[in-house]
Amino acid sequence: MDYKLTFKEYSQALKENRLLGLKCRQCTTITVPPRMVCRKCSSPELDIVGLSGQGTIETFTTAFVAAEGREDEAPYTIVMVALDEGPWLMGNLIGIEPEKVGMEIMGRRVKLGHQVFTGDKYSAGEAARPIFSLED
Amino acid sequence: MRKVAVVGVGQTKFSSAQEKTGVELFAEAAMDAINESNLKPGDVQALFVGNVLGDFSEGQGMVQAFITDNIGAFNIPANKYDGACASASMALRDAFMLVASGYYDIVLAGGTERAATMGTPLATRTFAMFSDSRYEYPCGITFPAVFALLAHLYARKYGIPLERLKEQMAAVSVQSYRHGRFNPKAHLHKEVTIDDVLSSFMVSTPIQLHDCCPFSDGAAAVILASEERANRLTDRPVYIVGAGQASSGPLSSQQDYLPRFRAREVSAKQAYDMAGLAPSDIDICELHDCFSIASLIAAEGLGFFDFGTSGQAWQKGQADIGGRLAVNPSGGLKSKGHPIGATGGGQVYEIVRQLRGEVEPERQVDGARIGMTDTLGGDGGTICNIILKRGW
Ligand SMILES: [Zn+2]
Repeated sequence: MDYKLTFKEYSQALKENRLLGLKCRQCTTITVPPRMVCRKCSSPELDIVGLSGQGTIETFTTAFVAAEGREDEAPYTIVMVALDEGPWLMGNLIGIEPEKVGMEIMGRRVKLGHQVFTGDKYSAGEAARPIFSLED
Repeated sequence: MRKVAVVGVGQTKFSSAQEKTGVELFAEAAMDAINESNLKPGDVQALFVGNVLGDFSEGQGMVQAFITDNIGAFNIPANKYDGACASASMALRDAFMLVASGYYDIVLAGGTERAATMGTPLATRTFAMFSDSRYEYPCGITFPAVFALLAHLYARKYGIPLERLKEQMAAVSVQSYRHGRFNPKAHLHKEVTIDDVLSSFMVSTPIQLHDCCPFSDGAAAVILASEERANRLTDRPVYIVGAGQASSGPLSSQQDYLPRFRAREVSAKQAYDMAGLAPSDIDICELHDCFSIASLIAAEGLGFFDFGTSGQAWQKGQADIGGRLAVNPSGGLKSKGHPIGATGGGQVYEIVRQLRGEVEPERQVDGARIGMTDTLGGDGGTICNIILKRGW
């Protein structure tokens, strides 16, 4: 069975600021990050759909210690966003001061952009990643 | 299913970077376990060993085969397990099932790791490999960051002001350091106060240095035997009466449960059901405190305290020796250390010696009859639980 929406296709679209997901023909649930079957009912009958990229910050952290090769990026803020279509997506939050951001940002509305992680020797190539910014 | 007993255990000191190889470390722990079992290496019928990052830490893969030869258990089948930090517990569970099924009578299981040898930058990079490499690592996720995301979720979900939660988390670390000081095989021997924790270096908000376990080197080994063989080898068998294991996907896929881990609750239920026991029956638990917040989440997922209340339980001594149950009298991952492929073996080592009444008096849980381990790999991707009971 062919994989409906591979990481490569997802990443290519994200590089154009288009967030792709999968909509289940059986139960209409939206799945992202993409996988083989619906995250709720396990049906493989899925259609690729474009998502709004809008959502709400569920949780966050500002990392001061980065992995090997990414030390220059710290400090940076990681967020988990509940997209308006339902699924949670991990991304980074920009347009804020990472050292100062606190729990008051939980629940804030965000919109999607992207950056490209160029990859390191372990990562099998580059990867577009979601970058969120506050809506207001 | 046959009854299966632990008849011998061994553990190296868990430590900072040291120069023994992963094979050498495991061989030391294994020979201690074999000798304590009154066996010879040639009596071992199969080996199950956790080792996760040997490729990165010392350029060594397939340690399991080399271990068999190194310790003189020639040509026996040997399997290596990678369930991130839960690897040794996976190995022990499979070993248990294969003895219980009647396939083997005597097996050796445990794990070995040189996590400290890698140094913090490479260890941080490789530990992040247990998160989703394509959908999460590009965001710069690290292991502390995963539990930092959960700490903020925990504070909001249970309505605990962050400042109060941080004090509760600090109480967890202080207790672990206090017990680890009396464990000669622990990695860190320090006296740490609440203020020390709260003023330590910020790693990933709200997690500070003393909320984190160290990267450690070390190995642990356990001999399992069928009941019939165990009765001939020892008059103090410790039976494995329950075991569970469960999986989950990447962190974002667990959205409906976080900050709880569904895999833990599934795994623990398997273990309790198999044992015919309830959380209230557990006297002592070595649980997966890779970060202070992880202890609170684990103690609740295992059913020891109500959701959102375990921080208060720690502050009141309810998770300490003499409390409702003793959590991590070894010092836990926080103080004893975290050589990831060996960690579950170290937990079983501690429980068995506690049930036998063999540990240092300052941290011995008097009269303990039933102990449990809890080992978490990655972002809850793999979780194992083992329940052990005194056989005399
Ligand atoms: Zn569906």
